[in-house]
Amino acid sequence: MTEPRIHFFNARLVDPASQFDGSGEVMVAGDKIVAVGPHVRPEPGATRVDCGGHALMPGLIDLHVSTGEPGEEHRETLKTAGKAAVAGGVTTMVLQPDTQTVIDDAALVDFIVRRGRDHSLARVLAAGALTLGLKGERIAEFGLMAEAGAVMFTNSDHPVVSSRTMQRCMAYATAFDVLITSRPEDAFLADGGMMNQGEFASRLGLAGIADVAETIAADRDIQLAQLTGSRLLLDMISCEATLGRIAMARDQGVKIKASVSVHHLTLNESDVGDYRTFAKLAPPLRSEQDRLALVEGVKSGLIDAIVSGHDPRPAEQKRLPFDEAAFGASALETLLPAALILYHEGLIELVELIGALTFGPAQILGLPQGRIAAGTPADLILVDLGFPIRFDASAMLSKSKNSPYDGRTMQGKVKATWVGGKKVYSAAD
Amino acid sequence: MNPQGPSPRAPFPKRHLLQISDLNRLEALELIARAETFLPFTQAREKKLSTLKGRTLVNLFFENSTRTQASFELAGKRMSADTVNMSVKTSSVAKGETLLDTAASLNAMGPDLLVVRHGASGAAQLLARKVGCSVINAGDGTHEHPTQALLDALTLKRSFGQVEGLIIAICGDILHSRVARSNVILLSMLGARVRLIAPPTLMPAQVERWGCEIYHSMRQGLEGVDVVMMLRLQLERMDGVFVPSAREYFRFYGLDARKLAFASKHVKVMHPGPMNRGVEIDSDIADDPRVSLIVDQVESGVAVRMAVLEALASHGANGVQGDD
Repeated sequence: MTEPRIHFFNARLVDPASQFDGSGEVMVAGDKIVAVGPHVRPEPGATRVDCGGHALMPGLIDLHVSTGEPGEEHRETLKTAGKAAVAGGVTTMVLQPDTQTVIDDAALVDFIVRRGRDHSLARVLAAGALTLGLKGERIAEFGLMAEAGAVMFTNSDHPVVSSRTMQRCMAYATAFDVLITSRPEDAFLADGGMMNQGEFASRLGLAGIADVAETIAADRDIQLAQLTGSRLLLDMISCEATLGRIAMARDQGVKIKASVSVHHLTLNESDVGDYRTFAKLAPPLRSEQDRLALVEGVKSGLIDAIVSGHDPRPAEQKRLPFDEAAFGASALETLLPAALILYHEGLIELVELIGALTFGPAQILGLPQGRIAAGTPADLILVDLGFPIRFDASAMLSKSKNSPYDGRTMQGKVKATWVGGKKVYSAAD
Repeated sequence: MNPQGPSPRAPFPKRHLLQISDLNRLEALELIARAETFLPFTQAREKKLSTLKGRTLVNLFFENSTRTQASFELAGKRMSADTVNMSVKTSSVAKGETLLDTAASLNAMGPDLLVVRHGASGAAQLLARKVGCSVINAGDGTHEHPTQALLDALTLKRSFGQVEGLIIAICGDILHSRVARSNVILLSMLGARVRLIAPPTLMPAQVERWGCEIYHSMRQGLEGVDVVMMLRLQLERMDGVFVPSAREYFRFYGLDARKLAFASKHVKVMHPGPMNRGVEIDSDIADDPRVSLIVDQVESGVAVRMAVLEALASHGANGVQGDD
């Protein structure tokens, strides 16, 4: 029996791996792409998909997603996150270990991998905890968790305070060549802070988180990565000043990658406005100058990946005074349209932008997907780039509907999503 | 058998045995050769020799030790030395002062040979400067344990005929191991190729300068080795500070049949003891007489200590003064 075939034609192919943005066709057999070109040989019996001139690109790979499973399923489950993901064009997502039951053990990594496989429409990868219980004291079992499928190790939003523990974690990681991920933040400087430190925060009477809280921690982790030879991903950086440090570290041969959340590329501290808790994010939204520098960082390649930072929070955690509201935004469904703001504003080429959402993160993890090439997994999305939307958070598929983009007009809509050659999402026209 | 022991050899040029790095190759070979001549006596029915008759040996142990202390005690008694064991509990305050106070009192008792084990690196050196007798380091902190290295070399010589040319992998907690430090120096000096295998958190800083090959993977590090020397991993170092857990350590760094299969066919396994079975070594290997040299090591231990005591006691005899 031959594998089911899908023939995509009349498409604008966007493949950042080959820097290609032009018309073409794709043939999928089973779960793999088997042919790509201006015209591929038609196969009898193949399902023909007329792309209508819309963009056909690799499914997005999101390196930073949180759900509430296990423990807080009312926030989000792997199933609801999977639905939201494929609707947003995300076909692979890396789950943060900071669930109520911390993912710090091979059996829990296995749980996430299996639950993801069985219940999520998007591919699910697990990040393991860097330290036991995310307490920042004891090295977690990198070796056993990596064997169970963990693709990176991170302490999520709980910075490792002890530099010695961080050093030992990084040193230990080199034995298995696993990726250490750090969202750089000095726990003492950031303690109690609600938004970016500066004029806005002081006028609003909110405690600030200075950008040095990020750069001090980034400096430490870069130096420790240099000392130990560890691979380091600086996750969700938010400041211009951090970019210079990354550039310098790369010049010195430090194996360092960086990611940024889509919020920090498209919003700034003024979006907090009159205490909008949906714009209360970790790290905090920074100044406009920082935002523009981060966009430049994506263009120049200093930043390898754009993430959603999906952090679903139920209304009762957000409809509170700013000081008391939870950090975070539900973002799987806004990742692509929000990122496309940069393209529509002419700040970045489409292929560069999509690169940071697909091939860039794939390179960080060494994944085969994230490109349109023969032999790679058939994770594809069809996107109407110009489709106008007024984003309505209440219509989100995610269980928690906290979005800073609520009511905002954007352009770009995922028309359909395929994961491993299987159509998992189709937009209602 | 001759109750006088093996035929006398030239006086030994060193007064103390504080660290392997104090010895040159000839001196190390001499100690091993001497130890070899004592081996038959350790296996004889009548083991008493009169070599050290009238001499006083003091075993000064600031750290708990069963086998090293027993080994030195037996070595002394078999050579008819008056042997005294002193176990001194280390008080947490003023360690240095206590050590020097002890040294002063000991000196007044006039021992000839002083065996010392202490938890602080350099303690044996300090004592050697303060007492009038020969000092033998039986382990100081994470610095050296020279008689262990000598007995390991003797064990290898008995098993393989010579140490030169052997590929030897030392695996485990290199960072905290005085056994590893002494062995790296001695075995390299004797012409072996030494590999070190450990997770990066248990490797000393700049270990690549030690002249060994460094591995973080047992599979690669054990490829084709003649000898695997396992080190003990203290339980308190397996709780996430240096390595995440005992189970992960055993999975990746514990010696089992699967990993040992990467070594050469005639591979031998050593362990300085005491072993953590199921943490650093699988019982099947530790107890397999075809591969395990662990019992031979203990036997060599007594012979080496006899040789060292005898050699240091001979220092200065016939008016020959060494370069101490």
